[in-house]
Amino acid sequence: MRSLLRFLARNYFFLLFLLLEAVSISLTVNYNNFQRVKFFNSSNSFTASIYEQFNAITSFFSLQQTNAELAEENSRLRTQLEHYKQTFLPNDSIAPVAETADTTLSQYDFIPAKVVNNSFTKQYNYITINKGSNDGIKIDMGIIGPGGVVGIVTSVSKHYSTGPTILNKRWSVSAKIQHSNYFGTLAWNGLDPKYARLNEIPFHVKMEIGDTIVTSGYSDVFPEGIPIGVIEEFDHASGRNFFDISVKLLTNFANLSYVEIAKNNHLEELIDLQKLNTYE
Amino acid sequence: MNSGILKYVTSWVILVLIQVLLLNHIQISGLINPYLYILFILTLPFSIPNYLLLILGFLLGLNIDIFSNTLGIHASATTFLAFIRPYVINLISSRDVLELNQTPRISELGFSWFFRYTAIMVLAHHFFLFYIEVFSFNGFLYTLLRTLFSSALTIVLIIISQYMTSKD
Repeated sequence: MRSLLRFLARNYFFLLFLLLEAVSISLTVNYNNFQRVKFFNSSNSFTASIYEQFNAITSFFSLQQTNAELAEENSRLRTQLEHYKQTFLPNDSIAPVAETADTTLSQYDFIPAKVVNNSFTKQYNYITINKGSNDGIKIDMGIIGPGGVVGIVTSVSKHYSTGPTILNKRWSVSAKIQHSNYFGTLAWNGLDPKYARLNEIPFHVKMEIGDTIVTSGYSDVFPEGIPIGVIEEFDHASGRNFFDISVKLLTNFANLSYVEIAKNNHLEELIDLQKLNTYE
Repeated sequence: MNSGILKYVTSWVILVLIQVLLLNHIQISGLINPYLYILFILTLPFSIPNYLLLILGFLLGLNIDIFSNTLGIHASATTFLAFIRPYVINLISSRDVLELNQTPRISELGFSWFFRYTAIMVLAHHFFLFYIEVFSFNGFLYTLLRTLFSSALTIVLIIISQYMTSKD
């Protein structure tokens, strides 16, 4: 017993080092379990409010670019709206779309939010936004930016929420090639923050460089057809059944100021329905 | 002594804020990401007890982790840094260095000693950090490049900060 104590006393530096390393590594490995402990991530109100105050200062300097991006998105949406009006409304109708459309029918609502922190230089990148459970944000809602898909909410506090972006090797999103509707999984490989990879597209699918990749709508997180990126190059490695596709992301993660959270109004209904399958 | 503690608390806060608000957003072609906050561990006094050194290293890393959602990654790297510090200091300095000086700063020990000290410590920390972050040896060369480039920038920043904060 005494020699054990002497051993511990003599080597305490090394043993304490091993202990702390073991704690750190287990924190890393079990990240997903701890992720929901609010204290440990940037959705806790202390860290988030520091980010927000700093962001209030710095966002001033990028106002011009932010404005331009929002204006661009506005005009794109306006074009789409006109397109839908012409397609679905008779020409002599005077009633504007907003009055005829019943909002309870739309599957997704969009909640605007401001980005208070966003990283893109790491292997596991996260975004923090200034809307939380008080604004109706829940876990597993999709985050959409001016360019398209940004990420997903995984942790929510009263006023803030946070979650991985596409630039996070722990997250992938179901995506399809817009014109052919073949779908696969889009994930990031940790290298260049401008590009992601689209996997599981079978070899017989026809595609061209420049084709748009959009969300498939098969998950409950994003509506169908939200843009993600365009095909930059594709390759068929011999002996593989799937294409190796590099996708240039449409979202500029280096300059992201405003996003929208996609709230799925049918989510509970969907989950209830799918439960029936699992209990069989 | 109290003012000494206050000074270290202030430098902790300032270094963490600089790291998470400014440096974490620096990106040069996805490769370079400096980690200046380890300057805190580097400049602790020579007389600090070993257990305190390790615990401070762990807490500093954890602090950075909480801000950047990288739970455990920085904590393990800074703990490692704190662990090797006594050995590195012993390796590169003669006995009278430790007797005549109190803190490892450029103003006390001169450029040559401080540069060797910083270079070894930063390279060790960054190497550990970047490989823990990737958690595999896939893309070994790419990670090595990131380590070397980021280390170079961190070393430059640390040396500059030494000249900015020295009193003479």
